[in-house]
Formats: sequence, C-alpha cells, structure tokens
Amino acid sequence: MTTTSPLETYLTDFADAARDYQAARAGRDPEWIADIRAEALDSFRELGLPITRRGNEEYKYTDIRPLVRQGFAPLQIIDRDSAVGESDVDLDALQVGPSEWHRVVIVDGRFAPELSASDGLPGGITIGSLAEGVHSASGAVRDHLARLADYTEHGFTALNTALAAEGALVLVPRMTAVEQPIQVVYVSTEQTRGAASMPRTLIVAGEDSSAAIVETHVSLADDAHLTNAVTEIVVGAGANISYCKVQQESEATYNVSTTLVEVNENANFRSMAIDIGGLLTRNNLTIIMAGEGGNSDVRGAYVISRDQHVDNQVIVDHVVGHNDMNEIYKGILDGHARSVFHGSIIVRPNAAKVNAMQVDKNLLLSNDAEADTKPAFWIYCDDVRCGHGAACGNLDEDAMFYLRSRGIEEEEARMMLIRAFVSEVVDAIEEQSIQDHVAALIAEKLDNL
Amino acid sequence: MTTVDETIQDVAPESNQELKSIAQQEYKYGFITEIETDTVPPGLTEDTIRLISSKKNEPEWMLEWRLKAFRHWETLLEKEQLPDWAHIKYPPINFQDIIYYSAPKPKEQLSSLDEVDPEVLSTFEKLGIPLEEQKRLAGVAVDAVFDSVSVATTFKEKLAELGIIFSSFSEAIQDHPELVRKYLGSVVPYTDNFYAALNAAVFSDGSFCYIPKGVRCPMELTTYFRINTENSGQFERTLIVADESSYVSYLEGCSAPIRDTNQLHAAVVELVAMDDAEIKYSTIQNWYPGDENGKGGIYNFVTKRGKCLGARSKISWTQVETGSAITWKYPSVLLQGDDSIGEFYSVALVKGRQQADTGSKMTHIGKRTKSTIIAKGVSAGQAENTYRGLVRVNPGADDAWNFTQCDSLLIGDQCGAHTTPYVEVKNKSAHLEHEAFTSRVSEDQLFYCNSRGISVEKAHSMIINGFCEEVFKKLPFEFAVEATRLLELNLEGTVG
Repeated sequence: MTTTSPLETYLTDFADAARDYQAARAGRDPEWIADIRAEALDSFRELGLPITRRGNEEYKYTDIRPLVRQGFAPLQIIDRDSAVGESDVDLDALQVGPSEWHRVVIVDGRFAPELSASDGLPGGITIGSLAEGVHSASGAVRDHLARLADYTEHGFTALNTALAAEGALVLVPRMTAVEQPIQVVYVSTEQTRGAASMPRTLIVAGEDSSAAIVETHVSLADDAHLTNAVTEIVVGAGANISYCKVQQESEATYNVSTTLVEVNENANFRSMAIDIGGLLTRNNLTIIMAGEGGNSDVRGAYVISRDQHVDNQVIVDHVVGHNDMNEIYKGILDGHARSVFHGSIIVRPNAAKVNAMQVDKNLLLSNDAEADTKPAFWIYCDDVRCGHGAACGNLDEDAMFYLRSRGIEEEEARMMLIRAFVSEVVDAIEEQSIQDHVAALIAEKLDNL
Repeated sequence: MTTVDETIQDVAPESNQELKSIAQQEYKYGFITEIETDTVPPGLTEDTIRLISSKKNEPEWMLEWRLKAFRHWETLLEKEQLPDWAHIKYPPINFQDIIYYSAPKPKEQLSSLDEVDPEVLSTFEKLGIPLEEQKRLAGVAVDAVFDSVSVATTFKEKLAELGIIFSSFSEAIQDHPELVRKYLGSVVPYTDNFYAALNAAVFSDGSFCYIPKGVRCPMELTTYFRINTENSGQFERTLIVADESSYVSYLEGCSAPIRDTNQLHAAVVELVAMDDAEIKYSTIQNWYPGDENGKGGIYNFVTKRGKCLGARSKISWTQVETGSAITWKYPSVLLQGDDSIGEFYSVALVKGRQQADTGSKMTHIGKRTKSTIIAKGVSAGQAENTYRGLVRVNPGADDAWNFTQCDSLLIGDQCGAHTTPYVEVKNKSAHLEHEAFTSRVSEDQLFYCNSRGISVEKAHSMIINGFCEEVFKKLPFEFAVEATRLLELNLEGTVG
C-alpha cells in the first residue's frame, strides 16, 4: 500500500495481527488450514475493507468507515486452552434461550465447555469447538471449511478467515434427526472492549437429516466492539434445516455477519434473521440453490430504535432450476434508526422452473428514521416466475379506527398492530421453542421503544 | 453485482437457432440522406465550443455557461467519473473522435416548406411522416430537427396568437434570452452527470417551449429527431416551461438510418411546471439498434427530468423504447410543489443484442405529493433489459404516496430481465407500494389463443400488446396506433 491514510494504516495493523497470529500457530495446526489462512491474509492485504463510498453499490446505504475509525484491535487468542471466566457468564440472565437446547458457547473467542451442553444428542452428531474439529480426523471440516465463504472477494470474509481462531462446529450425519434446537452462542464480555472478534461457524447437515440451529450473538457489557462473523452451512440433499440468527448484542457494538448456505437437491432450508441489538449490523446472507427440487424460506425481522442501523444484504442464487424460494423481511423503525434491505434474486441461464418471491416491508414510527430498500432481480432464463414487493408506511388508519371503535385504548391498539406486523415473520418459525424465544425478545424490544 | 454478471456472461449458452431470426430482422427505417452538411472537424476543445457558439451567434452568457460545463466535464473525464453503474456493456468511447457540430448548409431564410431541401422532405416521407401530411394532421405542429439545426417550423403563428412560444433552441436564445437564461439548467444542471455536462457544453439545438399562464395548448407539439451525418454525436436540448394553470402535450419520435459506427446521442430534456400546470411528454424511440452481431447502433444516453415547481402541478412521462443499441435513460420528476403529481409509463422492448437500462426517479419533496411508475419490459433474443428506479421521500414530504409496478416478460432463454428498484423513505407518513413480476408469456394464455385458431406468433403479439396496454393507453391517440404497430413490427420473428 502506497497511501498512508489513517484508515489504511489501521487495515495494515489488522493484517499484521493476522500475520503474527499465523506465525504463533505455525506447526501447531494442520498444513491445509495454515495455507487457507495465509491465502486469506494475502487477499485481505489486497482487498482491505469496503470503505470506499463512490461507486460502492454493495455498501451504498451503509458507511462502514465509523466501524473502521473505532480502531478495534483483533482479539489475540494464540492458545485456545487459556481459561475463560465462565462463572461471570450467566446465560439465563442473557436471555439466550431455553436451557433444554443443545448448546455450543464461545466466550470472547474461546470455547467454553462448562457452558456448553450436548447431552441427549443422537449418536454421530458433533457439536463443539471448531478449532478441535480442525484437528479431528473427520474429513468434513477440511472438505467444507472456507469452501463457500469466498475470501478472495470480500474483505470481511478474508479478515475472518485469516484470524478466526475458534468457532462452533455442528455436524449432523445423514438420516439423523435432532429434536431439540442446537444453539451456537457467541458471548462478548468486558474483555472484548475495543476489540474485534472473528467468530466462525461451520454447519454441515448430511443427506436427509433434520435439525434446527440458532446462532446467537450477545454481549455482557455495553462496551463497543466489533464482531466479524462468518458462518457456512451445507444443507445436504433431502435435508430439512432451519437456521435462526439472533443479533442481540449491546447497542454499542458493530456486527458484520456473513452467512453462506448451500442448498442441495430436494433440501428444505428455512432462514430467520432477527436483529434487535447492535449499533451497526450488516448481514450478508447468500443462499446458493445448488440442486433441483430445493426450497428456501428466507425471513427476517428487525426492530430498531435510537441510532441503530441494520443492513440486510440477501442474495439467493439459483444456479440450477426447479427451485422454490420465498423471502420476506419486515422492519419496525423508531428514533433515528435506519434500515437497509438489499435483496438479489439471481436466476442463472438454464435454471428453468424457478419460483421466487421477495418482499420487504417497513413500518416507520419516527420521522427521523429512514428505510432504504432495494429488492432486485437478475434473471437470465425465461421459464421463471419471480415477483417482488416492497412497502413502506405508517400504521393503517382504518385498522386503528376499527380497534378504537371497539373500545381499545390508542396505545394498546397501536401495539397490537405493531406486533401483528412482525408476527407474519415470527409466526412462521416452525419450532415452537424458537418461536417463543424470538417472540419474547421482540416483545421486550417493542416495550422499550 | 459486477462479479455475478461476469460469471453469468461466462456461462451463457451458445446461440439458439430457434431465436436467431430475431436479430436478423433488418431495421426497416434505415437509409442515408445525402445532403451537404456544414461540419466541424472531430474532437472537443474550448475552441470547438467557441466555434459552435459563434456559428450560432450566441450571446456571451451562453458561451460562458457552455465553457463552465465543458471545464466541469473535463474534470469528470480526467477523474474517470463516467456513469459505470448501469447494467450495460460497451467499448470505451473516444470523445475526441466525435464530430460535435454539423448543420445542413444554410440556404436563404426559409419562408415556407417548399423551400426546405427536397432530400430532407423525402427522408420524412420515407419515415411515413411527410411534413405536408403532418401539417394537415389533426392540428399537429412540427418542429423537425434534422441533425442539429431546425429546418422547418410550422403552425408557429397559430401558437403565437395564444402567446405560446415553440421554436428551436437557437431561436429561443436569440428571441427570448431572459426565459432561456432563467430556466436553462434549472432542472438538469451541467453538474448533474457526465453526459449532461457534455450536452451542456456542446448542445447544438433542440426545442424550446413556453406556455403562458392559463393557456391550454390546443395541439400536440411534435418534434422528430434524426441522426444523419456519419460520426456525429447528436446533442439536443429541450426545455419546456408551463406557466401557472397551463397545459401542454409534447410528442417526441425518433428514427435513424443504418450506420456501422456507433453513434452517441446525449440529449437533455428539462421540464418546468408552475402552480396548477400540467406537462405530458410522450416519446417513441426507434433508433437503429445495430446489426445481429451488435455492431453499430445508437448509444442513447439521455437525461430527462421534470420539476413540479408549483403547487398542484403535474408532469407525466410516457415512453415506448424499441430502438437503440443501448438505452440509458431515467425520466424523472422532482415533486417540489405541494400536492404535485409525477407519472412514468414505460414500455421497453429489446431484442437481438440490444441493452436497455431504463426507469424513473421520483423525488418527493413537497407535502401530499403523489407518484406512479408503471414500467413494462420485454426481452427477446440475447438482449438485456434492466429496470432501474428510485423513489425517494424526503423528511419534509408528509403524506407522500407512490405506487410502482415494473413487470418483465422474457421471450427465449438467452435474454435477461433485471429489476433494481431503490426505495428511500425518510418520512413516517409516506405510503409506498412496489410490485414487480417477471415471467415468460403464460402457456395457458398461449394455449387458449391456439385453441381459438390464433397462431403462436399472433398470440404472442396479442399477449404482449395486452401486457403493454396500460402504458399505450397513456399515449396520445396517433402515437398509440404507431406504438402498437412498432411493437408488432419488432416482435416479428421473435417467436415460432
């Protein structure tokens, strides 16, 4: 790099930290992962982070320079065995979900076995530390880690790949059904103040398997930190997988989450993105419809206020035809909140018989809030049925009048309509315990608007 | 999206025999008129602009404005700030290869149509729009722009009686400098974009129209543009000002002869509507789209924008785009006056190797402003059609209302139909609805038509006409007939 703007110097610092990390791990990790990390570091040096404003279509409505200016230093985790202050973390108080769920907990970038729970899982299922998985004999990690998340194109992904020391691994073998949801929890304590963590999750669901997975990001303190997460999900042929990502970090945090999903033939994939926390949240969700007969149901709900900013970038790429896809995102905005929705449905040449529907709806409760929506299509095949819709507005006056005429107080009527607005998304969660959990989180956020 | 698009290009299948005939269909309006032209050498410097300005005998302020625009354009060129976001592909344009001025050699001052170059008149006859005919046609006044300079203006006296000014831009600069100076660049400033800056620097002519207070223009105003001289860019500028409580309907229709080299067309259209005024602007664009290999054809890079300056004003754009190798245009409305209305109705048909990136921008600034966007895209052959639109509601625009519908039809498996609508809302009382749907022609509808003895081709034509009808019915009557005919003509050979 020839220029030396503060931003670029900062990016160099990140790259140097990754270099130091990799040097420290030299000889301790398998060669294949070391190679990937080295390549990712090279990519990151080249790509940097998407801070350019002019012509940066992918970040048109989200300026990430404030994130970079914060100067978060990467969390240094050379030895994953160093102790975690597990006693300080009370998961119940953090409202991460029912205790019956199977759980992998990562605290400040370190696996916390004491907090994790994998009792009662059917045989053959692996849930636990990704760092351990890298060392295991199983080929699944080596086959799939960094396969979907392209670190040669995206700076945040390159950074995560170069630095990610720990994360969660979920392997569900073929023909296996998991009854209780499996949850991956990333907790940030006070120790992450001013730091950047790089959570990495790999979920591989074998043929005809079925499972519900919840990924939760939560913080213990109100300090500012950066979470740069990458999650890769492989949905095997005929599998039925539900994935719910909950962003409930403090309103001072920056969170960039990149999720890549491969949906193979005849598989059924349901995705749910819940954003209630964070100062700036950017979700890059890419779903690749890689096999015929697949079905994707992609939903999201965001309830944001004050200065919160949530950006959902959703790409559904139909590489082959005979696929169905339904996408709906709904948002409630108060205060100075700003939401961005950028959906892209891509239908590649010869991907015939694709049915795709995409909707984004926003409810603005404040005149200082802003909603920017871009539901786009890129269609290169004629035999398709694709539709999209977007709507933005205030509460329906007729509905309000009706409720008032039935003797319902204005405030109560208003809340009823607001709750009804998001329930279209939340009620679609098939697993009752996840639905209840999400509904409770949203209800609490709505009460605090 | 660039990376995705590039990947897609890589995997695009080999050409499909069945649909080859689309691109091979020859352009029916292609011919070259040989008349003497007064042309400056190719290239663009300050001297070119001084030359254009002096040839047109322009006042000092006009030259100054052109030069400011030119200097701005140069900085954009230097910084390579050309609009590169559209979903179109073309080789870089060498702006120094373009001839920036060409005018039919002036004979003596023309007093009647008889004095117009017979070659020019026969050109219009070949297009099916002889001026004599036009004159008699239901009260249509014609201001024909042939290349860069107006050669014939009719019905002027009749309009003058009502106080309506309808003339070439050059004449308006001479005769009504105060009006031109007041509104020129007030809607599309030269800083707006690269091509708007270029146009402001070198525009050769165009139309100017002013409708005084309370006057309803009794006839549709029409301009026909033709691009003629080889290698000459055409840079028209149109300015229409509708004063309080006035009404005008303006028609613009285009056709150009076959050429091998690409021709750049960078026009600017500005509309201003005062309190209670209404402007209806209709376009049929049927320029040479290039041959079956995508060679030749017009680059149509146009900036069209209307400003609803007054309360309760209305601006309505209707366009039928079937020609050009590349279309890059977004007729827009700035809804500044309270209770103002903006409308955009569009049909864009592409086939062969045509590319279109078109749509509309509606910017809600005033209170209770209302906008409607109806865009219909039809893609065939190996063409790429993109709808790109922006609806923005500013913080002060209380109770703004928008409805957007952009539908696409695909014919054949090698074309593309893309939709990229942007919605930006900064006011909680806004009410916006957006809908879009993309598919091929419904098999059920085709089956029904076939079962009634209607051929596949005729059925396609009927169904597509039906698909576009919502837009066609917004066109003035004569144009609606022409548009239907044009669509049928363009669809010949695309199916079956």
